[in-house]
Amino acid sequence: MSTRDELLGRIRRSQPAARPLPPLPEFEAPPPSVAAFRAALERMGGHWAELPAGGRLASHVAALFPDAQVVCSATDEVRGRRALDPALPPASLADVDVGVVRAALGVAETGSVLLTESQLVVEAIGFLPQHLLVLLDPARIVPTLHQAYCDPAFGLARYAVFLTGPSATADIEGVLIHGAQGVRSLTVVPLAEVPSRPGSGTGAA
Amino acid sequence: MKPVDHAEASSHFIQASDHIEFHDRRLWDLRTKRDRETATIPEWEQLRTLASQIKEHTLSHLADYLEQFERQAQANGVTVHWARDAAEHNQVVHDILAARGARTLVKSKSMLTDECEMRPFLEQRGIAVIETDLGERIQQLDDEPPSHIVVPAVHKLRSDVAEVFARTLGTDPANSDVHYLAESQRQTTRPHFLQADAGMTGANFAVAETGAIVVCTNEGNADLSVHLPKVYIASVGIEKIIPRTEHLGVFVRMLSRSALGSPITQMTSHFRVPRPGTEMHVVLVDNGRAERLGMADFWTSLKCIRCGACMNTCPVYRRSGGLSYGATYSGPIGVIIDPTYNLRKYSALPFASTLNGSCTAVCPVRIDIHDQIFKWRKVIAERNALPFAKRQAMKMGGKLLASPRLFRAAVEAAGAGVEYLPRVMLYSRLNAWGKQREVPAAPAMTFRQWYLKHRGRP
Repeated sequence: MSTRDELLGRIRRSQPAARPLPPLPEFEAPPPSVAAFRAALERMGGHWAELPAGGRLASHVAALFPDAQVVCSATDEVRGRRALDPALPPASLADVDVGVVRAALGVAETGSVLLTESQLVVEAIGFLPQHLLVLLDPARIVPTLHQAYCDPAFGLARYAVFLTGPSATADIEGVLIHGAQGVRSLTVVPLAEVPSRPGSGTGAA
Repeated sequence: MKPVDHAEASSHFIQASDHIEFHDRRLWDLRTKRDRETATIPEWEQLRTLASQIKEHTLSHLADYLEQFERQAQANGVTVHWARDAAEHNQVVHDILAARGARTLVKSKSMLTDECEMRPFLEQRGIAVIETDLGERIQQLDDEPPSHIVVPAVHKLRSDVAEVFARTLGTDPANSDVHYLAESQRQTTRPHFLQADAGMTGANFAVAETGAIVVCTNEGNADLSVHLPKVYIASVGIEKIIPRTEHLGVFVRMLSRSALGSPITQMTSHFRVPRPGTEMHVVLVDNGRAERLGMADFWTSLKCIRCGACMNTCPVYRRSGGLSYGATYSGPIGVIIDPTYNLRKYSALPFASTLNGSCTAVCPVRIDIHDQIFKWRKVIAERNALPFAKRQAMKMGGKLLASPRLFRAAVEAAGAGVEYLPRVMLYSRLNAWGKQREVPAAPAMTFRQWYLKHRGRP
């Protein structure tokens, strides 16, 4: 008998009497608020950087990362120095200083942003760069993870990740370090999404 | 096999007084943060009940959900493997790697691969395995197992890490700055991510409905382990299955709040379909779980989501250190699952508890941990597996507690004994309570004497 069939048989014989699956209630949640998202994000070590009134996104990015040599963008809104193409070998992003992506949604409860391969283009852009800049449409903030998990992406995307602030560790004496293995900083720029123009590429340099 | 002597092993840890003080304080700090965080969620207790019910439902239909997961994962282009035990798991992983000529494997934290002792198995066969979580890497370089399921190197101080890294990574032995040490590990691990032939993760959850593997980390090392190499292997214990995506809302809201007192881990990653040109494999591992599922008193321990809250709150764990349990799983949850792996080897562990019930009170999936600890003691006593001294002491204790007259006489005699007996008799090997602590001074009056005086009719 195959391992699979032997195991499934053993499990069936061991299973306790059937227990019902409880329905999930509608949890009461405060209406999603930008202020709550921002507070949760900052608590998790992320930065919140609104565009100055009348300011341009390009100069905003330049001001946030004055020393950045290589900016690589998966968005239409920011033009990086390097184009992000799905065919790129992921390791070729190792020298990227700042990655730029647009979040699918934000979660006010935790300060998380949801990203899938549709937003990331190359998945590693969320982890290999030194810094990550995330554009988030404030209209796409949901109250809690319960609403976030209703997003169809979880059944459709190859990969989906909630990113909440930068990579972090407290494995030595509980001392908090940002930039363990992934990005050293994560900055969210609230910016309404403008429907993309037909024919515009993804962040061509 | 010799049984693990938890008390003896912990005495070494207890002797290092600055270590144990820090260990105690750090873990209690995590417990305090957990309390603060859970108090902000009005539906917290409701979430615990839901999580428990979802897990119990899933475990009672586990075979069906495993089949659904397998079908869905295969439809996603994932190869699903099954393993009866640790040996078969390790062989499956090695076969995948060897068939592709893989020589290096970067991996994120997985208690299951520790349980299977996979690393030495692969290393003996010429495959370099690199742990990429900072705490797990420290433990790998020091050739020690993790001492805690969430914070693997919590028993070490920065000076210990500086010594390990100086010896293995060539860092400055005099520099024990935490930022310097963490940065050194980051810099030395990064080339491994970029060059590794294969990547591996464990799983926090596996969703039957979508075939997704869910991994929660703070460092981002799981995502780097998956998104750079061409081959990804996930090792998954069969009890990690949950029915649907919507259930993740319940579990993910509780996991990091229970573990570290943070609302969520920095990364919560859902791996479902391999990216073009790469492979994804899932190894579903039993290794004793099906047998545990059939144990009427102990099957609910399979609900565990490995948050470590029971360890952080346990006074015995905090003051004895995870390594003294001599098992992959330590602390209260370890105490109730280790005996299912080897009853004789772990027969002393259920006695590493004061039965205070704090573990049960913080468990996010409502496992009755301290009740199960007590039930294991009964199993062990019935099998005559108690050490001689404990058996005699329990016999004596049983007689005393069964007779009010004998009990009163003993209490009064003990009070006098602490006062008048010479130290050499009190702090000898015969009195376990006199080890590493002063026996407290007896109060002037026993409770019974006080009661008779103030309330009593004789």
